[in-house]
Amino acid sequence: MIRVTLPAQLRKLAQVDGEVKLEVAGRVTQQAVLDALEARYPMLRGTIRDQVTQKRRAFVRFFACQQDLSHEPPDAPLPDAVATGVEAFMVVGAIAGG
Amino acid sequence: MSGLRLLVGTRKGAFILTADGKRNKWNISGPHFAGWEMYHLKGSPADPNRIYASQSSGWFGQIIQRSDDGGKTWHQPGTPPGEPTTTPEGMPKAESNKFVYDTSSETGKPLTTHQWYDGTPHPWEFKRVWHLEPSLTDPDTVYAGVEDAALFRSTDGAKTWHELPGLRGHGSGSSWAPGAGGMCLHTILLDPSNANRIFIAISSAGAFRTDDAGKSWQPINRGLHSLHIPNPTAEVGHCVHRIAMHRSRPGVLFMQKHWDVMRSNDAGESWQEVSGNLPTDFGFVIDVHAHEPETVYVVPIKSDSEHFPPDGKLRVYRSRSGGNEWEPLTKGLPQRNCYVNVLRDAMAVDSLDKCGVYFGTTGGQVYASADAGDSWAPIAQHLPAAVSVEVQVLP
Repeated sequence: MIRVTLPAQLRKLAQVDGEVKLEVAGRVTQQAVLDALEARYPMLRGTIRDQVTQKRRAFVRFFACQQDLSHEPPDAPLPDAVATGVEAFMVVGAIAGG
Repeated sequence: MSGLRLLVGTRKGAFILTADGKRNKWNISGPHFAGWEMYHLKGSPADPNRIYASQSSGWFGQIIQRSDDGGKTWHQPGTPPGEPTTTPEGMPKAESNKFVYDTSSETGKPLTTHQWYDGTPHPWEFKRVWHLEPSLTDPDTVYAGVEDAALFRSTDGAKTWHELPGLRGHGSGSSWAPGAGGMCLHTILLDPSNANRIFIAISSAGAFRTDDAGKSWQPINRGLHSLHIPNPTAEVGHCVHRIAMHRSRPGVLFMQKHWDVMRSNDAGESWQEVSGNLPTDFGFVIDVHAHEPETVYVVPIKSDSEHFPPDGKLRVYRSRSGGNEWEPLTKGLPQRNCYVNVLRDAMAVDSLDKCGVYFGTTGGQVYASADAGDSWAPIAQHLPAAVSVEVQVLP
């Protein structure tokens, strides 16, 4: 079971409280997790990745295991701790400043 | 008539204000979609309980919301509450957030590029929906004006969107360039007397008209004069801020340009300046009285670098002669130390007698006049910066 945390704005859109738990078949990659997330919560399509290019939106970041995974290739395996549900895959809205 | 509903989009959520026909006491509900930029909300003329809303965020992109009960509840079209979020085949729904520019059917490549700030060709990139214009007759048909400038239409209640590519494909499309505020399509006027005729306006490109329901378009900027472009009378490149028309006379258009207030008597074929005695002819909003086609409202703003009213006095100006002669309307509006702006979609008129006029400010005030502008009162005072104001008279 993969654990995903979402920023407050997206939790509200998806109508969920707290963490989201997802089943991900096959290799646990950033793309596989986001595909599973959007399949279960289609209202999130386009909010994390661009609808057309599937690229991460500029002010969204991916953290896990105290690492910034935002620039990792989408098909790279996520850390074992994420794949086994020990650690959450965190979708984070960048700090705006000001 | 059972009452009025005011739809206010702000930088941090939407607010719905309601009143009875006396218009002297308003109830405020909201914020709806708290924290999100609500560029525009507008109700269907054919079904007032059907409201479309553009919800966007610099972080999380564009969401389209729809209400079928007058704003009590909302959902993303295609994913109504309580329904499965995937199709029986397991495919996700929620195509309502998806705005994809058309490509060439022959090559599959982008139709064209536009001009980037450095003069190089740049692909169109969808950023947000600035304006939603529901059909005058069909609640399920709605148009969306987007940034980068293009016109989209949905005929299934905003579940799916398709571009009307003839506009971008117009020969001038490759020369359009964004201004400081982005290259947005912000005005959509549907001709009530001719279902095939639509007027649109794009920041820093100008105004365009279709007479064949969106298949082909022509620029309608003859008579505009803009000093911020190399050729002040060019066919395109003018920074049109807003266009307005009266339902009974759709061939007569009024325009607030970057500078200059303009009028056309021939559906945009030619324009004449009607700034007349305005203290400044820079501004964003322009609107027409519901019952008097020659009565026009603007809010003069000091300049393109100082986006606030001249002399710290918030004044709506009204012309009863279709332009040129303008009178300041000040009763009930702050006449000292006022430095707010009134953005292009933030004025509306109702169809009661006397005509009601409403506008929202970047300071979070919403002002209302129940006597065609003679006097004003704030009906909300501490909202986030107002981006859009629309009003509905409920049956």
